[in-house]
Amino acid sequence: MEAKEIYQRLKDAFQDDILEFNAEVLQPFIKISPDKTEEIAQFLRDKDDLEFDYLMCLSGLDLGENLGVVYHLYSMKFNHKIVLKTEVSKEQPNVNSVANIWRTADWHEREAYDLLGINFVNHPDLRRILLPDDWEGHPLRKDYQPPKSWHGIPVTLANEEEQDGANE
Amino acid sequence: MSDTIDPGLRNNVLFTTMDKLFSWARQGSPWPITFGLACCAIEMMATGASRFDLDRLGMFFRPSPRQSDIMIVSGTVTIKMAPLLRRLYNQMPEPKYVISMGSCSNSGGPYWQYGYHVLKGVDQIVPVDVYVPGCPPRPEALIDGILQLKEKIKNERIFSKKG
Repeated sequence: MEAKEIYQRLKDAFQDDILEFNAEVLQPFIKISPDKTEEIAQFLRDKDDLEFDYLMCLSGLDLGENLGVVYHLYSMKFNHKIVLKTEVSKEQPNVNSVANIWRTADWHEREAYDLLGINFVNHPDLRRILLPDDWEGHPLRKDYQPPKSWHGIPVTLANEEEQDGANE
Repeated sequence: MSDTIDPGLRNNVLFTTMDKLFSWARQGSPWPITFGLACCAIEMMATGASRFDLDRLGMFFRPSPRQSDIMIVSGTVTIKMAPLLRRLYNQMPEPKYVISMGSCSNSGGPYWQYGYHVLKGVDQIVPVDVYVPGCPPRPEALIDGILQLKEKIKNERIFSKKG
């Protein structure tokens, strides 16, 4: 199925929650609203003519103003692909989890939570996956400042001014 | 003289100091702990395998820190790994030595300035005896580092140490 038809199927079913469609780019994408990701994912996976049984990748983004999540979907049966995108504000970064639809999303969402602080609502086990459990902050955010030390272990190099001060 | 010493021993007696004897014995079999962190560990494994063959230097990788003399820190030490590395070091019996292998463990390597997750040199948490440069170092470079360490051990003064 072509991207245009997939978009039409979604638009008919979800109307206002389908925000944008762009087929001009290499991988056509559909923008959806963040609180409907679970329903839309369920629809894409279970409809007989869509059957997106494979979540190839789930990525988190820092877009400056907002945070974004991108889903790359593939159907083994029909050999068609589609990209879903969604955006949330940094103040309320709530996106509905798709981990109960594609198990792959479990760890991908944990990674996006760990590094960008995107809160996946209804995720079965939303913990940090890469960084230590008691780490503070989300390092892939553009405005992130790493701490000076963690449990007494130096994390960042002391800058030159501070080193000069220590030598005096 | 010739009456008191067995003639068979006459050409087989060496005089040395306890310092030299013990240091020589120590440098003869520095067993490293089986411990690899990143791509440098692949080179370390190659060094241990048949082509370069660490066995001829008296080195056998030991699966426990309690049976090890040296630790080859081969690879990127992440902040999350740092406490575990320190714990392994603490579990090694004295005398113990550390070889820092490759740019990452020497100084943080490519992550030295902007990495939030990598230790800026393993010498921040354990004392390092030999630094081997490279990214990753070839087995020849690691062997050279090991020979440097052996030289260092050989010149140690165990009994006549002051203080």
